[in-house]
Amino acid sequence: METKETVQVNNESVFNVTDLSVSYGDFVAIKNVNMDITKNKITAFIGPSGCGKSTLIRTFNRMNDLILGAKVNGTITYQGVDLYDKMVDPVQVRRRIGMVFQKPNPFPKTIKENITFGLKVNNMTDNIDDRVEKALTQAALWDEVKDDLDKNALELSGGQQQRLCIARTIAVEPDTILMDEPCSALDPVATKKIEDLMQELVKEFSILIVTHNMQQASRSSDYCAFFTTKTSDDGKRRTGELVEFNETSVMFTTPDKELTEQYISGRFG
Amino acid sequence: MENVNNLRNQLTKTITRPIEKIVKLFITASAFGAILVSISIIFTLLTEAINFFQDPAVTFKGYFTATRWTPTFQNPEYGVIVLISSTLYIAVIACLISFPLGLFSAIYLSEFATKRTRKVIKPVLEVLAGVPTVVFGYFALNWITPNIIQRFIPGTGVFNALSAGIAVGIMIIPTVASISDDALNAVPNSLRNGSLALGATRRITSLKIMFPAALSGIIASFILGFSRAIGETMIVTIAGGQYPELNLDPRSAMYTITSSIVNVSLGDTPHGTTAYNALFALGITLFIMTFILNIGSDYVARKYRKEYE
Ligand SMILES: Nc1ncnc2c1ncn2[C@@H]1O[C@H](COP(=O)(O)OP(=O)(O)OP(=O)(O)O)[C@@H](O)[C@H]1O
Ligand SMILES: [Mg+2]
Repeated sequence: METKETVQVNNESVFNVTDLSVSYGDFVAIKNVNMDITKNKITAFIGPSGCGKSTLIRTFNRMNDLILGAKVNGTITYQGVDLYDKMVDPVQVRRRIGMVFQKPNPFPKTIKENITFGLKVNNMTDNIDDRVEKALTQAALWDEVKDDLDKNALELSGGQQQRLCIARTIAVEPDTILMDEPCSALDPVATKKIEDLMQELVKEFSILIVTHNMQQASRSSDYCAFFTTKTSDDGKRRTGELVEFNETSVMFTTPDKELTEQYISGRFG
Repeated sequence: MENVNNLRNQLTKTITRPIEKIVKLFITASAFGAILVSISIIFTLLTEAINFFQDPAVTFKGYFTATRWTPTFQNPEYGVIVLISSTLYIAVIACLISFPLGLFSAIYLSEFATKRTRKVIKPVLEVLAGVPTVVFGYFALNWITPNIIQRFIPGTGVFNALSAGIAVGIMIIPTVASISDDALNAVPNSLRNGSLALGATRRITSLKIMFPAALSGIIASFILGFSRAIGETMIVTIAGGQYPELNLDPRSAMYTITSSIVNVSLGDTPHGTTAYNALFALGITLFIMTFILNIGSDYVARKYRKEYE
């Protein structure tokens, strides 16, 4: 059963994923992924733990390069350019494709410095105060921190820290934001804030988000990819595969696959 | 009721077995023993040092202002400044060598080296740390001095502060490197990822994110390195000479606190004389210096730990 699911889209796509597989050493974590990611839309990745969602999302900005033994096969093109071409510099890739992590990871510096670090790295040092304000405003954090920009970022609450991480990501004006379970460490109020924020951001950015929260996926994404694990023949290893990739509205009402239906309704996974 | 009693029985303290009592006693005794030994060392140092200062030839003022350290001469002078300045002088040379080299190797190890390189280099550093200091001493005297220093810096004596300082510096590199490396490794990986995900290069990530985040641990490694340099004995005794006058020329011999202690205790200075008692005044002086440094390093390290808990 080779899954080759591609959504037919009229919209412009930002990524084209073809026959992608990722392995750690000789363990294949996820394989046979084919999908087109639409520009300026929110695409959610869902699926049971260990099916390779984090592994997959890291391939979009080459964060897997940093993991010893991780190997990517197949192709991902970003606006037509093969991200894994030998000539491609991962540093340049990450400047355009930002990432927000599961656990908020602000730098142990001031709130302002958290934003200006990325700006300096990307030579965006003109109008630096305006840029800081803009990013924090876009991340819906400005009003809460505008009076203590020189406070250490570690003193913020978890939700504020995560919005700061989003702010520092968008400050460098990427065109895609990858989010790996950005709300899993947050309470419902903070989660709601970030979901609202995503709706704002998606006007400017393409967003890929990994989530374990079905409601979050159905509420806030435009497209949804469901992955699951398939046990290898010897029964020892579990490799992730893409089961269904669909418009979210379709996926959550009339999914194509039985498995998707079961997962979404909570009867499996 | 039956259930409650059952539960109570299960939760009741079990009777301590005798072996556990003995083990506990033994451990407590060792802990107190260690404290007792430390206290008695300080006590001995103090009482003998007091004897030293009771000699009318010795004054506090002289101790801190005289510019010669000649306890065994006809007209003895006890200018500890000579020894303290030599000690600090050589220690500073050692730090100029060991801080940058130790820190760079730590940054290399934690940020750039592959796992395999790390596996080779770490043990090499540990071996370097295990080389007896007497070896470093003769290395300084018989190799560094003739082959490097005397070749490039004319007018250098056989015994000189420079080669002793360099050798002490080399000796300390592993200490600085391994503690700094630990500090860098204690910085959560998520910070590194956060920086790289913003499009920062590895170099910028290590200098602007990892290094500042590990700074207090790195400073602690510096303080500890400095305090080891101050307490180092063998190298400075062998290669640094015993020049008893205040002098700041790195090409000439100096006289550190530790080597003067060695000198007095190896010589035939009779027990109970003022020259002999001077040993203990020096011991206390050295003790206070390293004690302050260790407390400083402990304070910095503690502050650092707090940041990530
Ligand atoms: N750095 C790594 N080295 C080796 N194996 C890894 C590594 N990271 C993940 N894996 C393995 O790859 C598989 C997929 O992991 P991944 O983290 O991508 O799953 P996930 O879908 O994100 O799970 P979760 O929902 O729990 O976050 C798992 O079997 C995991 O053990
Ligand atoms: Mg994950």
